[in-house]
Amino acid sequence: MSKGKFGIHGGQFVPETLMNAVNELEEAYNKYKDDPEFVAELDKLMREYAGRPSLLYYAEKMTNDLGGAKIYLKREDLNHTGAHKINNCLGQCLLAKKMGKKRVIAETGAGQHGVATATVAALLGLECEIFMGKEDTIRQALNVYRMRLLGAKVHAVETGTMTLKDAVNECMREWTNRVDDTLYVLGSVMGPHPFPTIVRDFQSVISKEIRQQLMEKEGRLPDTVIACVGGGSNAIGAFYDFINDESVELIGCEAAGLGVDNPKNAATIANGSLGIFHGMKSYFCQNEYGQIAPVYSISAGLDYPGIGPEHANLSDTGRAKYVPITDEEAVQAFEYLSRTEGIIPAIESSHALAHCIKLAPQMSKDKIIVVNLSGRGDKDVAAIARYRGEDIHD
Amino acid sequence: MTDIRKAFSNGKAFIPFVTAGDPDLETTEKLLIAMSESGADIIEIGIPFSDPVAEGVVIQEADLRALASGTTTDKIFDMVKRIRPQIKCALAVMTYMNPIFVYGTEKFMSKCKECGISAVIVPDTPFEEKAELSFACDANGVELVSLIAPTSHDRIKTIAKEAQGFVYCVSSLGVTGVRNEITTDIGEMVRLVKSVSDVPCAVGFGISTPEQAKKMAESADGVIVGSAIVKLVAKYGRDAVKPVCDYVKSMKEAIS
Repeated sequence: MSKGKFGIHGGQFVPETLMNAVNELEEAYNKYKDDPEFVAELDKLMREYAGRPSLLYYAEKMTNDLGGAKIYLKREDLNHTGAHKINNCLGQCLLAKKMGKKRVIAETGAGQHGVATATVAALLGLECEIFMGKEDTIRQALNVYRMRLLGAKVHAVETGTMTLKDAVNECMREWTNRVDDTLYVLGSVMGPHPFPTIVRDFQSVISKEIRQQLMEKEGRLPDTVIACVGGGSNAIGAFYDFINDESVELIGCEAAGLGVDNPKNAATIANGSLGIFHGMKSYFCQNEYGQIAPVYSISAGLDYPGIGPEHANLSDTGRAKYVPITDEEAVQAFEYLSRTEGIIPAIESSHALAHCIKLAPQMSKDKIIVVNLSGRGDKDVAAIARYRGEDIHD
Repeated sequence: MTDIRKAFSNGKAFIPFVTAGDPDLETTEKLLIAMSESGADIIEIGIPFSDPVAEGVVIQEADLRALASGTTTDKIFDMVKRIRPQIKCALAVMTYMNPIFVYGTEKFMSKCKECGISAVIVPDTPFEEKAELSFACDANGVELVSLIAPTSHDRIKTIAKEAQGFVYCVSSLGVTGVRNEITTDIGEMVRLVKSVSDVPCAVGFGISTPEQAKKMAESADGVIVGSAIVKLVAKYGRDAVKPVCDYVKSMKEAIS
């Protein structure tokens, strides 16, 4: 029987060699997720190591400037390692320890998940190997060095398009090669069951905190929550606790690269079709023969041809809506937030900010938008400078 | 008796794999006919996929060469249908779930039937997900081959009980590719299968030399070779027919 379904999406489409490994992970997760000792240990790491809860910041200048809805930023960029990725890495690496695994492997696009995995592996004394598309090792050279500094071995993946999807391919291949002592710490709400569920649960701390913090500040729920979506981990984290609150509008922002009408984009919901790849049934950018498309975005973290199965289902049911944001719109939002609020956002998160900038003026002043600021933008500064025609070195 | 069963009735079966369209479909066409004349009992035709996660570098690169040469699923079916009368052995298709699903699983299997393809091997679709394929397979008389791996342990009997065609025993951890040494206890895997089913067992992943094939054939009913043949195609390109046939002959002899 197929497991881990979200509507028609999800499942476990992996080679037989990995089936016992994903089953073992599912069993371990079910055993530990409500175990008081595990929960307490993870909670302590989240608070004392990652710096949770992250702030919910009222962006007053931005709100006044746009002249519409009140804007709050969920500051996941202030977490240790500078993004939401640490939430999941702490959870999965702690699980790896409990399972008696000695080694973790992970894919990374922008390098944020790689850095977070390498960080937690260093803390918990796990061997760590990271797979990163060669193209991305160039775009994000600083993060490669950061991972090495943390004691991880970084493999530059030179197959296919040399980006995130190829890093996932290579990570899956490596897992089949050495499965007994190794856990694949998948970085997004994608892949075979149980990953979409595990990663979502570890990231859902974001929406739980938003609810509580906004209750304290405003005494009510937000009207709209906006987050960027590649595989979709920060978005599901920001959405999850609100899914049953029908009054809260949920919006995911996909990377449209040079535009949804241009082949150089990564907007899966806008341009993709139903497929089965990377362990899951979901939507993918692909051709009529099911060959996966070489997608593009200025943002290495959103440069992925698929989307997590729970998002695919939220889109099918209409509970969340997904909008495309171009490189240019994201870069403008990157610059806007830097100037307006003195916060340099990740280029990934800038896709969510770009939609907020469009939407807020259309909403009345008594409405509230929360944007999940999933990461900080230090890593992107050199790439944005290049985009603007200035050649500075990383 | 199904075509796949018949293929295992001529001593130990030799099952070569070739990526369709590498370097072009004209060469694949010649290879299929010639391999069937050189002792192949079943030929696995690989439909190339952009992201073959169970493959090592050799077959990954073959897939990319095939796609770059303009190979599509339709062109492969057209070619196989045209030359099928000239091929003496059974045919199986090996590809990934996405090319089948996006083509239309029902349409894909009916095309297999139309082309005289007896079985499909889909390495990223395990036992738990086979419902995605089995209805269309059954409706068209295409057998769905099950894979078992060194990590399968207690899953082997469950899988074998429902196995069709043959059981593909994955000899080693990791992806496809030539290996110097195979350490898995294949005999034990086969014994577990045979304890619940009389389905034939063929071993693949990592086998390249006649000596390895001979050793594997001692425990199993057949031997599958992919990367070693794809390497020859990569080396000789359009002139690969003779070296591949010589190789197929030597392998079939080694296990006979």
